[in-house]
Amino acid sequence: MDALQRTPLYDLHLELGAKMVPFAGYEMPVQYPLGVMKEHLHTRAEAGLFDVSHMGQVILRGESLEAIAKAFEGLVPVDVLGLDTGRQRYGFFTNDTGGIEDDLMFANRGDHLFVVVNAACKAADIARMKAALEPGITVETITDRALVALQGPQAEAALSRLAPEIAEMRFMDVATVEILGVDCWVSRSGYTGEDGFEISVPDGSAEALCRALLEMEEVEAIGLGARDSLRLEAGLCLYGNDIDAGTSPVEAALTWAIQKVRRTGGARAGGFPGAEAILGQMAEGVARKRVGLLPEGRAPMRGGTEIYASDEGGAPIGTVTSGGFGPSVNGPVAMGYVSAEYASKDSELFGEVRGKRMPVKVVRLPFVPAGFKR
Amino acid sequence: MKFTEEHEWLRVEDDVVVVGITEHASEQLGDVVFIELPEEGTEVSKDDEVCVIESVKAASDILAPLDGEIVEVNAALVEDPGKVNEDPLGDAWFFKMKPADASQMDDYMDEAAYKDFVG
Repeated sequence: MDALQRTPLYDLHLELGAKMVPFAGYEMPVQYPLGVMKEHLHTRAEAGLFDVSHMGQVILRGESLEAIAKAFEGLVPVDVLGLDTGRQRYGFFTNDTGGIEDDLMFANRGDHLFVVVNAACKAADIARMKAALEPGITVETITDRALVALQGPQAEAALSRLAPEIAEMRFMDVATVEILGVDCWVSRSGYTGEDGFEISVPDGSAEALCRALLEMEEVEAIGLGARDSLRLEAGLCLYGNDIDAGTSPVEAALTWAIQKVRRTGGARAGGFPGAEAILGQMAEGVARKRVGLLPEGRAPMRGGTEIYASDEGGAPIGTVTSGGFGPSVNGPVAMGYVSAEYASKDSELFGEVRGKRMPVKVVRLPFVPAGFKR
Repeated sequence: MKFTEEHEWLRVEDDVVVVGITEHASEQLGDVVFIELPEEGTEVSKDDEVCVIESVKAASDILAPLDGEIVEVNAALVEDPGKVNEDPLGDAWFFKMKPADASQMDDYMDEAAYKDFVG
């Protein structure tokens, strides 16, 4: 196995007492001395600081933004051309069978697109973009910038002490903002269901930025453990668990991210990998759907738990893909795939935990209301 | 007090043995969020899985450290699993058992040996 990589914040994590674990090829903090539960609750109540420098940051350049956007639309079933300057959008790379190769965020930065992809997929994503887009479009991997997320209802108050103009940003706005004397690429977004910001900062300035934020009373360092429970409560997919090359955006209930213009009848319908499969599924329906699953007891239903239609007998009709304890819900929460006939809200199903069938209800996601500032 | 390699502690109280998990175990588990206890009166054999502990991270089992009968369980833990993190050696005992053969206790570590064991 290759040696694990470290982010520019590695030393700070150790100094803060983080427990480090291997994650997607990096040594990352899974929790700090506060612990997963308190870190989670702190983020929902105040503000949490996350190191997400392991994620891939990529810049796409071309002769015009229009040319870049058109080319990028060949890889994602999303409206790229229609995204205004200074705005960000969620999307995913699809494959020829309509599966999801990775999910991502992309931003219109005026003269280029800025793309953020998952750590575990970034090598493949970059190769995919280079193969499909070059030479007309250049694919530049950013390797000299850290990425940190500041999330929670007090994120704006905290960050605006360093850069007052961020208070003017709306959900999914992006801007270059000078923070502590360096140009940072800031987006008002995140992956916790809370208001917050993601900040791309030059490697050499990342630690100073984090220290300045951590000195503030409302900010605590938060590890991957709480990041996972936060995104699960927010109903957000974790690539590799809830979505993968074998799940389509239609099955994954992500069709909200496929704008009308890319759908059948739209001005730029199709033209992305797997278009036939995905648009066909949108017209005809799918056999299974991703749903929220709320266990009725106290026992968590973890990833891999099989879901049944009745309390005994029968074959499984679904599987949990992410599940655990939701600190803000103060109980177990899960999501997973079930046969379409059982996917409607309030379906009463059963998850088999340690050989026992426990009641679980299909619920609408998210488990906690989003705190975005729209 | 005696300690097992599974990070349980055993404390003799008259003719019963009180069983819980060590501070080291509770730290390793992280925040405990769910506990399933055996029924009182259950006859168990050494190494039977008798309790389930789920933390924010994962599920694990508590094994019966001895042959015998579960005579009492700490039902308060089911209501407040976080006690296991707050007071693992005191309030957060899991169950009391009447050992079939108290000499099985001799196989387990004393406190000094356990400290060495966890390093």
